[in-house]
Amino acid sequence: MSGSIRFQLNGQAKSLAIDRERTLLWVLRVDLGLTGTKCGCGEGLCGACTVLVDDKAVRSCQLTAGDVDGKRVVTIEGLARDGQLHPVQQAFVEHDALQCGFCTPGMIMNACGLLKRNPHPSRAEIIAAMDDNLCRCGAHIRIVQAVQSAARALAGGGR
Amino acid sequence: MKTRDPLELDFFDDESSAALDRRDFLKLSGGGIAVLFFIGDPRRLLARSRRRLPGGRQYPDDFNAYLLVGADGKVTCLTGKIEMGQGVITSLAQELADELDVSIDSVEMVMGDTDRCPWDMGTFGSLTTRFFGPALRAAGAEARAVLIKLAAERLGVPARQLVTERGKVMLKSDKKRAVSYASLARGKKITKRVKSKTLLKKAAEFKIIGRPVSRRDAHEKVTGQAKFAADMRLPGMLYARILRPTAHGSERTRLDTSGAGKIPGLRVIEDGDLVAVLHQDPGQADAGLDRIKADFDVPEATVDEKSIYDHLLKSAPAGQLAAHGGNLARGAKRSKTVIERTYLNAYVAHAPIETHSALAKVDGQKATIWASSQTPFRLKDEVAKALAIPEANVHVISPFVGGGFGGKSFNQQAVEAARLSHLTGKPVQVAWSRAEEFFYDTFRPAALVKIKAGLGADKKLVLWDYGVYFAGQRGSEQFYDIPNHRTRVFGNGWRGDKDVHPFATGAWRAPANNTNTFARESHIDALARAAGIDPLDFRLKSLRDKKMLGVLKAAADKFGWKKYDGQAGRGRGIALGIDSGTYVATIVEVEVDPRSGHVQVKRVVCAQDMGLCINPQGAKLQIEGCVTMGLGYALSEQVRFSGGEILDRNFDSYEIPKFSWLPEIETIVIDARDKPPQGGGEPAIITVGGAVANAVFDAVGRQVLELPMTPERVLAALGEDPAH
Repeated sequence: MSGSIRFQLNGQAKSLAIDRERTLLWVLRVDLGLTGTKCGCGEGLCGACTVLVDDKAVRSCQLTAGDVDGKRVVTIEGLARDGQLHPVQQAFVEHDALQCGFCTPGMIMNACGLLKRNPHPSRAEIIAAMDDNLCRCGAHIRIVQAVQSAARALAGGGR
Repeated sequence: MKTRDPLELDFFDDESSAALDRRDFLKLSGGGIAVLFFIGDPRRLLARSRRRLPGGRQYPDDFNAYLLVGADGKVTCLTGKIEMGQGVITSLAQELADELDVSIDSVEMVMGDTDRCPWDMGTFGSLTTRFFGPALRAAGAEARAVLIKLAAERLGVPARQLVTERGKVMLKSDKKRAVSYASLARGKKITKRVKSKTLLKKAAEFKIIGRPVSRRDAHEKVTGQAKFAADMRLPGMLYARILRPTAHGSERTRLDTSGAGKIPGLRVIEDGDLVAVLHQDPGQADAGLDRIKADFDVPEATVDEKSIYDHLLKSAPAGQLAAHGGNLARGAKRSKTVIERTYLNAYVAHAPIETHSALAKVDGQKATIWASSQTPFRLKDEVAKALAIPEANVHVISPFVGGGFGGKSFNQQAVEAARLSHLTGKPVQVAWSRAEEFFYDTFRPAALVKIKAGLGADKKLVLWDYGVYFAGQRGSEQFYDIPNHRTRVFGNGWRGDKDVHPFATGAWRAPANNTNTFARESHIDALARAAGIDPLDFRLKSLRDKKMLGVLKAAADKFGWKKYDGQAGRGRGIALGIDSGTYVATIVEVEVDPRSGHVQVKRVVCAQDMGLCINPQGAKLQIEGCVTMGLGYALSEQVRFSGGEILDRNFDSYEIPKFSWLPEIETIVIDARDKPPQGGGEPAIITVGGAVANAVFDAVGRQVLELPMTPERVLAALGEDPAH
């Protein structure tokens, strides 16, 4: 069951000699040490493991390594550039849109995916897009505000 | 119940350092000024721990936290408390920075590390800000006094001519003549203890306390750099999956691990009750677990989530009197209207998004454990006991905790990781699956509240007979002006009732108080309606407590209660409560869909009097969090089970609040900066169930007496009403 994949990870070309059937979440967290992507439920129900694959927010616990062969993968670690936070990260900080912080990477990646496909979402569209990302601390209203202000920042010439 | 005044700190006035735990101080490199302090009376603490530990072993009990002003001018606070989202990593630093006159950026919090921090009981009960905060401030003030004394010697001037500002001591008359804390601390090895006479700053002198400060851990958490227990990595580590019984109370009758052995690199461990598979890839460990065959003898289920209430009533022990006044018979006689009801609430899960996780590295007689834990020092004992090694050889580090809510007070996962590390000789991670998290959770107990209350001819409350079964005492005492009343508590509630529940129960954010407040406030609305009086007016005339009246009026004003113009299908409800010394008034507006029974909460106004509010921004976050989380136990959350089998295993069937549920949330924190600080992480959640229930009552004209108010229960209540 051995194999290999080549993909772009956080802007860098990467090739891995691994079993293509392995769960992407574990490849990221264990093989690559990218522990910012979290495991919250293991069944794609909570969104803590969300990453971007070709700009789409997807649940890495539901994908295999083979699924991202030839694709671009961005994790929470790949958002900030040269020490500059991504506008979505910046907005989360400014709005205090987190408490325990465990769901936060997944929330941010999901919001990035939303803003890639819809740069000017309405409040209702943000809520619909974020609805299946779970937060137990109750930072929801601040997360919505953060996504709104990130959308404005991005529209103003960010990334 | 009398609440202890947190400012009445009981300090040993003792300069001797003979009893210090030297080990901790030898580690302080570069010298500096250390101030040791503790929370509560150390003699009592000592007595308690002696009782708890009959082996004669003792904690270094004459202090349980300390701060250090280092030779680099940095201030470090070392405490066994942990950060799990509640924000004390920010508010404690604010308190220390203010008393010590340094910028908040120069304060470092070292938390939850049992080697670096002195013993601490754990992080729960909204104790950190109430009890730890004032002690920390006193330590800061003491350190400042030491620095002034040193500066007086250095500058050759009397101490009274000196002031402190931004990490420096300077002459009041000539601020250019200044010495930095760093230079004063350099080369010193001073240990001080906080004196009882230490003067804290007055509210008017605060520069940092009382100002909104954003989370200090935000940057780490938005970049993915913040480390949680499952993020710890060690060379050669293995990921474990453990065979679990299918139900609590079941026994294993057959085990066949032969299938698992076929996976390359997989290790199978069988040690008594512990059967685990371990692999360097968690995915392969999962596959290995799937190949283990086991049968369990499951006792016949006798209760489920529907029949549990009858079972609880049958199991109830004698009641304990928690409060009483007047004469119940006289109250009954004076009552013109009597309302008697039973309120129910289901078991609910903590369901933090981070499951119980731990990494253990056991090396012969030594163990190092990284664990998601609200109680790192308890964990130390648990692991020492499990491995039969000295407690001093166990080092526990509780990194960032991904939500606790009372659910991470026991540390089974860490003990499992330690045992497996011991057996394999490798570092081992145990991170529970969501199903394991539900299975081993210490649920908020299902509970009943029976209330019989009466109104006199003047429509005033004259009788209150209250019995709470299995929730616990917290929040059961009512605060209305009722001449004849009795409050009885049946069972220990969240503190544990042996052999009553089919699985473990425990403390869930503001334990007991969610149940008690839901029942009491629902009943108050039932009485108001019977009297034909507006629920706000009814409360206003039934209350004498000024603090409670203050929060109620603040919430009602902000909500616009008097101007409210309700639309069809909408309703509004009030609930009041006291938790952890904090007074809360919450008013909500709901919309009820009469066809589906679905309840949408549209708006929530929450006013809170928490005494001195250290960080208004942090307090706001906690109120919003409480309100949002509270919607779950109000509307959807209930653990379904069949005997000891837990039927909810993931978030598909156990629904927690989501973005689409979001009401508008407005918060008010009453300015009470001259009063001692009270709890902030728990109080607001207690009012959510009652306020939503009363709003549903207002919207549909019928009471739903059972939480959660699922669409089915709302429809059932509607069906009872001939008007619908």
